[in-house]
Amino acid sequence: MYRIPQIILTILVISSGISACKKDDTTPVADETVKATLSIQFDNIAGDKNLQLNTGTYVNAAGEAFKVDRLKYFITNIKVRNAGGQEYIVPKDSSYFLVSESEAASQFVKVRVPEGEYTSLSFILGVDSLSSVMDVSKRTGVLDPSAGMDDGMYWGWNMGYIFFKMEGISDAAPTDPSGQHKFRYHIGGFGGYSAPTLNNNRTITINLSAGGAAKVRRGREANIHLMVDILKMFNGATTVSILTNPTVMFGDFSAKIADNYTHMFHHDHTEN
Amino acid sequence: MTKLRWSIFLILLLPACSKSNELKDEMDAFTGFQQPAGFPAPVYKLVSNPVTKEGFELGRKLFYEPRLSRNNTISCGSCHIQTAAFTHHGHDVSHGIDDRLGSRNSPPIMNLAWNTTFMWDGGVFDLDLQPVAPITNFVEMDETVGNVLNKLRQTSPYPALFKKVFGTEEITTARMMKALSQFMVMVVSDQSKYDSVSRKQATFTPAEQQGYALFQQKCSSCHQEPLFTDHSFRNNGIGAGPNNDEGRYPITLNPADRYKFKVPSLRNLAYTAPYMHDGRFYTLQGVLNHYALEVQDGPTLDPLLKINAKPGIPLSAAEQQLLLVFLNTLNDRVFVKDKRFSEESQ
Repeated sequence: MYRIPQIILTILVISSGISACKKDDTTPVADETVKATLSIQFDNIAGDKNLQLNTGTYVNAAGEAFKVDRLKYFITNIKVRNAGGQEYIVPKDSSYFLVSESEAASQFVKVRVPEGEYTSLSFILGVDSLSSVMDVSKRTGVLDPSAGMDDGMYWGWNMGYIFFKMEGISDAAPTDPSGQHKFRYHIGGFGGYSAPTLNNNRTITINLSAGGAAKVRRGREANIHLMVDILKMFNGATTVSILTNPTVMFGDFSAKIADNYTHMFHHDHTEN
Repeated sequence: MTKLRWSIFLILLLPACSKSNELKDEMDAFTGFQQPAGFPAPVYKLVSNPVTKEGFELGRKLFYEPRLSRNNTISCGSCHIQTAAFTHHGHDVSHGIDDRLGSRNSPPIMNLAWNTTFMWDGGVFDLDLQPVAPITNFVEMDETVGNVLNKLRQTSPYPALFKKVFGTEEITTARMMKALSQFMVMVVSDQSKYDSVSRKQATFTPAEQQGYALFQQKCSSCHQEPLFTDHSFRNNGIGAGPNNDEGRYPITLNPADRYKFKVPSLRNLAYTAPYMHDGRFYTLQGVLNHYALEVQDGPTLDPLLKINAKPGIPLSAAEQQLLLVFLNTLNDRVFVKDKRFSEESQ
């Protein structure tokens, strides 16, 4: 019948090993607690400027001016932790979000967590391997692979989700067949099904202490306001040049971009 | 178990009931998915998508539905034609929407329930999600699944058919894909002469028997019986074509996978020319010549083709003729004419 691929088994074995070794201070909070809504705002910016699709012009570290016409990324597997080290993991099936710069509502990710004061937030930028191989009947909402090539976040030919998609225009990009100077960054790769390959899932952990802990309680909606600086996708351990790499999809270089964009997220403040 | 009991119960009731013959015919006609004698257990998880008569029929209708393409001109059946054993006979690569050309030869829709992966490069690992690839491909159907769902919602009798299969009229990605899978897993080829011989219902001629012995000696390590593929990916030394298709490499990014393609089944070759991932050989004789004389060495050439001093498989002209005689026993005339699978039967 359905054979669970070896890679996934390995991941399961390793991760169960990890949780077994966890220190006592990370014991998950019991689930019978009263829950309230926690909002996490993904406010996309470019350096000192607010990100404006199609109209704003920005310059990367390679000195290339560019405009962005599409920005989307998956935020999944959300966890919060309080000052005492207690962790709450949002149930997986309530933890798939697609942030899109063109849809304001999508930039407020809302989850239900137990009442409490949280000083740390973590999430995966991507779609983990188990979710990437699950039955089509479970792929609903943002995971429904029905959106198509332009708007969609799914590769049909090399099955898997596109975790991060940014496209735009830059004079540094070569002319494409449509006559435009487009750059396209489609980053995905969950590790492979029957043969191991790139895993561009990245876990991002953000300390909320400096910007203000999130006080989650009934009747209020604490909002963790994150600034997401898309310039960091270009400017990081690897300087990404639009001239050199105008199109990055499933290839080894995509891992460098994923490493860079891991640093996009900065906690600005919390509205409690 | 419960289902089985109910069927037995119904069958027992039949003689008493006046419309018994009609009902009995219908029940006899549709038996669901059957694992053929001598075949291994299917890989497809039938438990999560049991094949029903209505589901199979809806899947067949969708398979032949041109609304799956942007301008309603191309169906799955356009490039997977039953008389060509569900390939695009005569085309090295297929032409899809607006006559745009693809880069690979259309593989057969056949015995897919046993496939571990799909496509020449294995980039798809779940039959239920396979149709997304051709629907969204620019040169094949150039459509989005979302648009297809909208078209089906507005087209009679689809809402009613989905209700028959799934209980409500709702048309979703999962329902459409599950119905297509029900049709595709039913498209089983197991009625060739080889199958009859395996089931002791026929015997090979002396030439077929000699060809079979040669096949087992020279070909069967990759083209494993009874499906005639081991589902692996191998570089068979045909050399890169003009578009330098690297096969499995773009899927795994593993340099050892460069120029490897899935080992195709050898069933129904009489209907499926041309051969190889890019359809470069028009005849089986051309394929055998390749293995005997033209295998090109390279870093990823399959080790089984490197056993001898000269890369390839030593095959005399006489041996090649015997192999062709044996391969002819793998053609399944019942399969290519089976009314259950045809576009006209809807």
